[in-house]
Amino acid sequence: MANVLAVLEQRGGALKQVSHEVLTAARTLADAAGGTVDAIVLGPGGVDVSGAGGYGADRVIVVESDDLSLYQPEPYAAAIVAQTQSGDYAAVVLAATAMGKDLAPRVAGRLDCPLAADVTALEWNDGPVASRPLYSGKAIAKLQLTASPCVISVRPNVFNPVENARDGTEQKAAPSETELRARTVEIKEPEKARLDVAEAPIVVSGGRGLKEAENFKLVEELADALGNAAVGASRAVVDAGWRSHAEQVGQTGKTVSPQLYVAVGISGAIQHLAGMRTSKVIVAINKDSDAPIFKVSDYGIVGDLFEVVPRLTQEIKNLRGG
Amino acid sequence: MKIAVCIKRVPDTEARIKIGADGKSIDDNGVKFVLNPYDEFAIEEALQLKEKAGDGEVVAIAMGTDGSQETIRTALAMGADRGVLLQTDVVAVNPVTVAKALAAELDGAGYDLVLFGKLAVDDDSQAVGTIVSELLGLPSVSAIGHLDITDGKGTAEREIEGGVEVVEFSLPAVLTAEKGLNEPRYPALRGIMMAKKKPLEVKPVEVSDEGIAVVELALPAERPEGRIVGEGPDAVPALIEALRMEAKVL
Repeated sequence: MANVLAVLEQRGGALKQVSHEVLTAARTLADAAGGTVDAIVLGPGGVDVSGAGGYGADRVIVVESDDLSLYQPEPYAAAIVAQTQSGDYAAVVLAATAMGKDLAPRVAGRLDCPLAADVTALEWNDGPVASRPLYSGKAIAKLQLTASPCVISVRPNVFNPVENARDGTEQKAAPSETELRARTVEIKEPEKARLDVAEAPIVVSGGRGLKEAENFKLVEELADALGNAAVGASRAVVDAGWRSHAEQVGQTGKTVSPQLYVAVGISGAIQHLAGMRTSKVIVAINKDSDAPIFKVSDYGIVGDLFEVVPRLTQEIKNLRGG
Repeated sequence: MKIAVCIKRVPDTEARIKIGADGKSIDDNGVKFVLNPYDEFAIEEALQLKEKAGDGEVVAIAMGTDGSQETIRTALAMGADRGVLLQTDVVAVNPVTVAKALAAELDGAGYDLVLFGKLAVDDDSQAVGTIVSELLGLPSVSAIGHLDITDGKGTAEREIEGGVEVVEFSLPAVLTAEKGLNEPRYPALRGIMMAKKKPLEVKPVEVSDEGIAVVELALPAERPEGRIVGEGPDAVPALIEALRMEAKVL
């Protein structure tokens, strides 16, 4: 028997959507191994964990403290490690979010156990078998984990949440006494909140074909018309200083898997394709019919983006309006 | 200020990846190897901090095969003072294995700061720097886009989904650099010449990588061939129709 510990994530006292994905991934392992899924969440008092049972948590351990409302690396890691020592866990599963990418290595380091990061597929064969992209997705490695426990972080937007009603029995736990060697003091929110490129269900990205920075308004207007969309950028335009690195899609930027990815004036360098090729549907608009971006696109329009994009924006507005 | 920068030799981001004959690793033939792009930001930050402090030392540490000596020379050409190669032919799958070897080298050596790139663009684990901080019991902040250090105290900013976390810590500390932390310098010819004379110590290390192994390495599935719906703005209605009726994403 092998149980799984799923680390859930909250922001502002509400469970993040990605927590359902973590539970689904944890359930995959636990069901194959004949074990249970315990979930753990850290946060301020009153985090609503009622949804966790619906996605497969047999038990939800809630570690509450006003000091834990923001992600604090050391107490978060300490609480998870303490929990692993109180149960027979084959794996600790987290989301490879900004928090998870910092937290997973800490837990693996403290437990001195293997870490498989940013995993995109999971099976069980005498232990977890985890597939993860290497070289930003230019290759996929299948890894056999034989140590127990091990730590697995799963890429957001990959494991489709599956409803799976379990007890979700809530159980409070006291935070461990931990010195805060580093302390998160605040989260600065941007003034105009646009969706993060790694989280958004739709991404509209622009490249060098836009010719100059101010023409990115075409991309922004299309994103606004679509709604629920983030703006992305190619490395070339980030390096040129047109857009911030937070928006860069590709090997030295973000890897994205949205429902819809629209590439505007992006030729499709290898390092860019690596970052977006797992998008569900890809649309490319480019004047060069030989551009590599068309090779990975589901739908393409060959043409002048300065004519095509405004028309597309208008048609989508018409559609949304009617 | 004494600063260690841990760096890695990786395939260039423009490199095409082919699978090797063992089916578990890549075929190195014809692949150009470079200093990991994120490590350039770590080296630049270390050099700027040393310059600001007025004195100190920047040590570039790499783990890997002899080929990594070239990578260390790149760091020396940028301005690092000396290099250390933790030499092994083992390509560890578990980031904890790598972190242990680096932590053993760093422990007790009196570094005020240990810098890493936020991830290596080969294994993409984004883990080693943070694990090193845990093994050494030091504060760490990962993927930082901004850093201030004054009187032994640091404030770093890191991007999270839809915001920026502000984190305070005291030195010594471990930090991993996000792109945009600074503008890395190019090695000047003089730097490249001087780098050849700078000390580079080669230390063989024993590495034991357990509990995780590569079963198979494969190329990703090809996307099914798509189609060009048309040319110019007149193709827009056909695109919208396809997105609504076929793809069902609108």
